[in-house]
Amino acid sequence: MKREYLILATVFLLLALVPFLAAATGQTSWTRLVGQALIYGMAAASLNFILGYGGMISFGHAAFFGIGGYVVGIMYHHFDAGTSFLGVIPGTDQMLITLPAAVLVAGLAAALVGAMSLRTGGVQFIMITLAFAQMFFFLFISLKTYGGEDGIMVRRTNALPGLDMRNRDTLYWVVLCFAAAYYLFLRRLVQSSFGQIIAGIRQNERRMASMGISTFRYKLYAFILSGMGAGLAGALMVNFLRFASPDMMHWTRSGEFMIMVILGGVGTLAGPFIGAGVLFTVETTLARYTEHWMLPVGILLLVVVLTSKGGLMALIRKLTGGQK
Amino acid sequence: MILLIEQLLNGLQYGVTLFLLAAGLTLIFGIMGVINLAHGALYMVGAFAGAWVSIQTGSFWAGLLAGLVASAIAGVLVELGVMRRLYARDHLDQVLATFALILIFNQSTVLIFGRQPLFTSLPEMFSGSVEIVPGLPYPSYRLFVIAVGLAVAFGLYLLINKTRIGMLVRAGASNRQMVRALGVNIGGLYTAVFGLGALLAGLAGVMASPIMSVQVGMGDEIILATFVVVVIGGVGSVKGAFVAGIVLGMCDTMLRAFLPGLLQQVMPGSEAQALGVGISSMGIYLMMAIILLVRPRGLFAAQG
Amino acid sequence: MNHVLEIAGLTKTFGGLTATDNVSLTVNAGEIHALIGPNGAGKSTLINQICGELMPNAGHIHLAGRDITRLPPAERVALGLGRTFQITSLLDDMTVRENLALAVQAREGGNFRIFDRAANRAEVWDEVAEILAASALGPRAGVTVADLAHGEKKQLELLMALSQRPRLLLLDEPMAGLGHLESQQMIDALLAARGDCAMLLVEHDMDAVFALADRVTVLVYGRVIAAGNADEIRANPAVRDAYLGEEDT
Repeated sequence: MKREYLILATVFLLLALVPFLAAATGQTSWTRLVGQALIYGMAAASLNFILGYGGMISFGHAAFFGIGGYVVGIMYHHFDAGTSFLGVIPGTDQMLITLPAAVLVAGLAAALVGAMSLRTGGVQFIMITLAFAQMFFFLFISLKTYGGEDGIMVRRTNALPGLDMRNRDTLYWVVLCFAAAYYLFLRRLVQSSFGQIIAGIRQNERRMASMGISTFRYKLYAFILSGMGAGLAGALMVNFLRFASPDMMHWTRSGEFMIMVILGGVGTLAGPFIGAGVLFTVETTLARYTEHWMLPVGILLLVVVLTSKGGLMALIRKLTGGQK
Repeated sequence: MILLIEQLLNGLQYGVTLFLLAAGLTLIFGIMGVINLAHGALYMVGAFAGAWVSIQTGSFWAGLLAGLVASAIAGVLVELGVMRRLYARDHLDQVLATFALILIFNQSTVLIFGRQPLFTSLPEMFSGSVEIVPGLPYPSYRLFVIAVGLAVAFGLYLLINKTRIGMLVRAGASNRQMVRALGVNIGGLYTAVFGLGALLAGLAGVMASPIMSVQVGMGDEIILATFVVVVIGGVGSVKGAFVAGIVLGMCDTMLRAFLPGLLQQVMPGSEAQALGVGISSMGIYLMMAIILLVRPRGLFAAQG
Repeated sequence: MNHVLEIAGLTKTFGGLTATDNVSLTVNAGEIHALIGPNGAGKSTLINQICGELMPNAGHIHLAGRDITRLPPAERVALGLGRTFQITSLLDDMTVRENLALAVQAREGGNFRIFDRAANRAEVWDEVAEILAASALGPRAGVTVADLAHGEKKQLELLMALSQRPRLLLLDEPMAGLGHLESQQMIDALLAARGDCAMLLVEHDMDAVFALADRVTVLVYGRVIAAGNADEIRANPAVRDAYLGEEDT
C-alpha cells in the first residue's frame, strides 16, 4: 500500500516536471505530446473500466470522447458568436461550466447507446456499439453550423478562474491534475461495492443474477460512468488542441483506445495510461520516419494479441519480480 | 415515377452488395463464433486485385477471376495464420487481432498501389443500358450485379439447405459443440467456410469496382453498414442477412436520393442539403436502433 | 396451507418437445421436497422456470403467495428464492472468502455505492467470518475458487445460496460428482439448514433423497407420475417400473 502511494507520487512529480525538462532541453513539443498522451490515457482508462473490469467489449467509445469534445466546441462557438444553442442555451468559455456539461452530455449519450446495446451480449454488443458510434460520427459531419467535416476551431482555451489558461504549461498542469484525479477516482471505483458487483458480473453473470443482482442495471450504470469519463477526456482534448472534429469519434479511434488498453494491460489501473503513452509515442515517432506507420503498429498489435496475455503491465510485473 | 424505379434498382444493387458481405460475415460468426472486423479488407483485396488485372489485361472477366482468387487466398491465409489461433480466445482478442489485420491490409495496399484510386471500365457486353420501362434506360451492368447477387443468394440457399456441408453449417450455427462431436474435420470445415466468406466479399468488391472508385479504406466504410445488416438480420442467419441487406440497401439509397429534395420544400436549400445528407447517412443506424428496441437479437436470430 | 412454493399446471415446450407437461407441486415451509426422475425427465427445465431463466408456455408459479411467473430472475431472488447450479457456477478469479462476501453484499444492498470501500464493510466481512467459522471450508477461505476441489466448490455454492437467507432453496443435483464421504457431508449440511428454509431438491442419489426428503415427486417425460412420502414412493409400482427399477438391474 505504502509503496503504491510512493510510486504514484513519484510519477506525478516527474510528470509535473515535464514542462521544465522540455524548456531545459529545448524539446518544447514534449509538453504537448505528454499532455495528449495523458488525455488519451484517461479515455483509455475509462474504456478499461467497462472492458477490463466489466467485461463489456465496447467498440464505440470514441463517440463519447468526441461528444465531450464537441460540447466544449459548440459552447465556445456560441460564446464567440454571441448566439445560443438551439436558441436557449447561451455559449460559454468557462471551463467550470463546459467540463461538467461535456461529462453530462456524454453520459446521456452513453445511457442511450448502453440501453440499446446491453440487452444483448457478445458479438452483437461489439457491432451495435460500433454502429451507434458511427451514427454519431455522421451526425456531427452533417452539422454544417459546427463545421461539418472540418470541425470547430476553439480559438482560445476555456478560462479557469485565477489561472492563465493561455499559458501552455499551465494548461498542461491542469490536464495533469485532471488525469491524476481521474486515476484516483477509478482506483476508488474498482474497490467500491459497485466495483465488486461489476467484477462479479464479468466473471459470471448468471451467478450474479442468482444472487439477486439485476445485471442489466449495473452494466448500464457502469457504461454511463465510463462514457462520462471519455466525455471528460474529450472535453480536455478540445481545450488542449483548441479544435474539435468528427475525427475524434471515428471508429478507428475507438480501435486505438482498445489498443491502448490491451497494450498496457486489461483490467489494471495504470495499464491504459502506459498503453496510451506507448502507442502515442510509437505513432508520433514512426510518423516522423514514414507515412506508413500504421503497418508496423498493426504488426505489433497482432503479435501482442497472439503471443501475450496481460500486456505491458504483466511484463513490468514480471520484470519487477511479480510485485504489484 | 421513373426516377423512383431507377433508385429502387440502385438500392437493390447496393443491397445485394451488402448481402454478399453480410452473408460471409454472418456464416463465419455462426460457425466459428468469431467476429472478423477485417472482412471489409477482403472486399478491398478483391476489388484491387480485380481492378489491377482488368486494367493490365483489358478484360473485366480476367479481373473478376483474379479478384475471386486473390480474396479467397487472402481469406485462407488469414484463417490459417491468424483466425485459427483465435477460436478459443475471447471476443476482445478477436476484435484486436482483426483490427490489426485492417491496419496491415490497408497499409500494404497503400504501399503496393498508392493512394490514387484505380478506375476500371465496364465489361464490353454490359457497357450499354437496357430500357426496362419506357423512358428509363438502366445500365445493364447494374442489372448484371443484381442478377449475380440474387444467383449467389439462391446458390447459398441450396448449399445450406440441401447439402451435407450445409447441414454442418446449420448444426454449427445452433450448436457448435455438436458439430465437434460429430467427428467432422473441423479445421478443414472452418478454413473452407472462411475461404467462402472471403470469396463472397471479394466478389462484392470486384462487382462494385466499376461503379465505385477502388481505393484504400473502401472496405472500412462498407463493413460498418455490413455490421448493421448482420445485427438487424440476426447474427448467424444468412436469411436475415439477405432480407436485411436488401431492405437496408434500398432504404439507404432512397433516403440519399430523395430526402434532401423533400427537406428543400420546407427549409432553405443549402441547409436542407446538408441535413438531408446527414440524416440519410444516419438512416440505417436509426433503423437498427428501432429494430433492436423491438427485437433485441435481430429479425432472424437463431434460437438460444 | 402454508405453501412456500406452489406450482400449478406448468407447461414448457421446445419446438415439438414437451419438457414439462402440466406439472403441479407444492413445497411447504420447512420441508425438503425431492424431485426425482430419469435423465431428460424435465427436472432442470422445471428448476430453470422457477428461477426465471426460462418462461413457461402455461401455468403459474407462486412464491410465498406471490405470483412470480413472469418476474425476472433477480426479483425472484429478492422475494426469497435461492439456488445452486447443477454445474457449479462461481466467481472463479476470486477467493472463497470474496465469493461469500459478494453474496452477502448482494443481499445487504448498497451495491450502487461507488465511493465506499467494499473491503471495509464490517457488516459484510463479519458475517463472512461467521459463516466460514461454522463451515468445513474455513481453512480454505483464502484459496482462489479455480483451485478448489469439486466437492469444495459444491459446498461453497451451498454456503453462498444459504447466505442469501432464502425462503426456498432450489438444489440442482447437489451430490453430483461427490464421493461417498463428501455426499455424507453435504447431507449433513442440508439437514442442518432445513430449519432455515424450505428446499426443492433435484437429485439422482436415492440414498440422499430418502435420507433427506419429507416428500418426493417423480417426474417422467415431463409429467408427474407419482407424489408422496418416501415410503409411498418406494412402494409405488409405476415408479419402480419407470425409474427405481432401472437401478436394481
